[in-house]
Amino acid sequence: MDASNLRPARTLDMSGSFCPVPIIETAKAVRALPLGEVLLVIGTDPGIESDMAAWCRATKNDLLGVARDGRVLRAWVRKRGGG
Amino acid sequence: MVTAIGMISGGLDSTLALRLLLDQGVRVKAVNFYTGFCITETRRRLGGRTRDGEPPRNEALRAGADCGVEVELVDLSGSGYLDVVANPRHGYGANANPCIDCRIFMMSEARRIMEREGADLVFTGEVLGQRPMSQRRPTLALIEKESGLSGRLLRPLSARLLPPTIIEQEGRIDRSRLLGISGRGRKDQIALAARLGIDDYPQPAGGCCFLTDEAFGRKFHDLMDRRAERRIERDEIILLATGRHFRLGERVKLLVGRTEGENAVLDRHAEGRWRLTTPEHLGPLALVEGEPDPEQRRLASGIVARYGKGRAHPEVRVHWSRAGEELTVAVAPLADEGVLERLRL
Repeated sequence: MDASNLRPARTLDMSGSFCPVPIIETAKAVRALPLGEVLLVIGTDPGIESDMAAWCRATKNDLLGVARDGRVLRAWVRKRGGG
Repeated sequence: MVTAIGMISGGLDSTLALRLLLDQGVRVKAVNFYTGFCITETRRRLGGRTRDGEPPRNEALRAGADCGVEVELVDLSGSGYLDVVANPRHGYGANANPCIDCRIFMMSEARRIMEREGADLVFTGEVLGQRPMSQRRPTLALIEKESGLSGRLLRPLSARLLPPTIIEQEGRIDRSRLLGISGRGRKDQIALAARLGIDDYPQPAGGCCFLTDEAFGRKFHDLMDRRAERRIERDEIILLATGRHFRLGERVKLLVGRTEGENAVLDRHAEGRWRLTTPEHLGPLALVEGEPDPEQRRLASGIVARYGKGRAHPEVRVHWSRAGEELTVAVAPLADEGVLERLRL
């Protein structure tokens, strides 16, 4: 699935923040989203990819994709579970 | 059903504690407290990698995912926590670690979450006698009392060596299925992990907090001992964890980047400080705090030159800049290791 074509309901830019702040803010943003909507998280923390995968696995939200462009990572999360 | 708030670091002990309670059918809300002194965060900020070339993992998130439990990351890094670090009532451990006050602060927060969630207890992966400061029997009791968790704080790995909690007394958690582990060894925990099929956990490395780090502790106390009022800001913590530090005078300090990542962090904190570079040679970026006299300028320049590619040259030009002021100091790179070590924090 090419997540970059998705239209996120909200974009969260966490560039310059490092573990665990991007996940703290992701959790808040997903809580505020309606079920089924997509959050796009942009960040420069190189660990976002593994953090987001673990967080989505535990919260049962869907990690639709992660794309890297140089130092910048983009992660698309669809609200599904309790997050 | 019993509901518990689990303080999960992602290390082996808290993972085992979590599994022991999940296996008794306890409903767990897991939390991980972010204090701003997290080694993983700092390593990522500085571009660090593990041996396999990956960025260091957030072990709490990974452990929660492996156990099917969401770990809520709770930010405690504000001024309240910084005040605990600067003014611990129960003092410091071997370095800058105010472990007892820190545990009381965290467990008080866990108690508030327990009350908010209507949970029955808080649990941790602490092991009696494992750590010299915060996990001795009297200290465990003190922390429990001062955090307002008397009778509500369960340490599943050592529970059978400690007084029973209210929930154990009520028979809602089976005490016989909890453990009686004590001491610094990990043999029992490793054997239990194997029995439970837990094979992905970090190696113990003194915890995930750099307040326990000896080099950080020296820099921290050097800073605090020069303050009329004991306080510390978040940006100062980042700088304490970055680069080589040299005390050039009572009010003058030199910070020298060791890697590209550290140079970038120092560069972001250059405002209000002298910024030093060696334009004619590849080398570190450095900052000088305070108002150096001419001799201290020469010394700082010599140290910066010593860590650059011009170190074999008889003379290196070091560029200084601060808020529109600019100057150049031409020096021989400092070769005297004795001088360097006397100044190093």
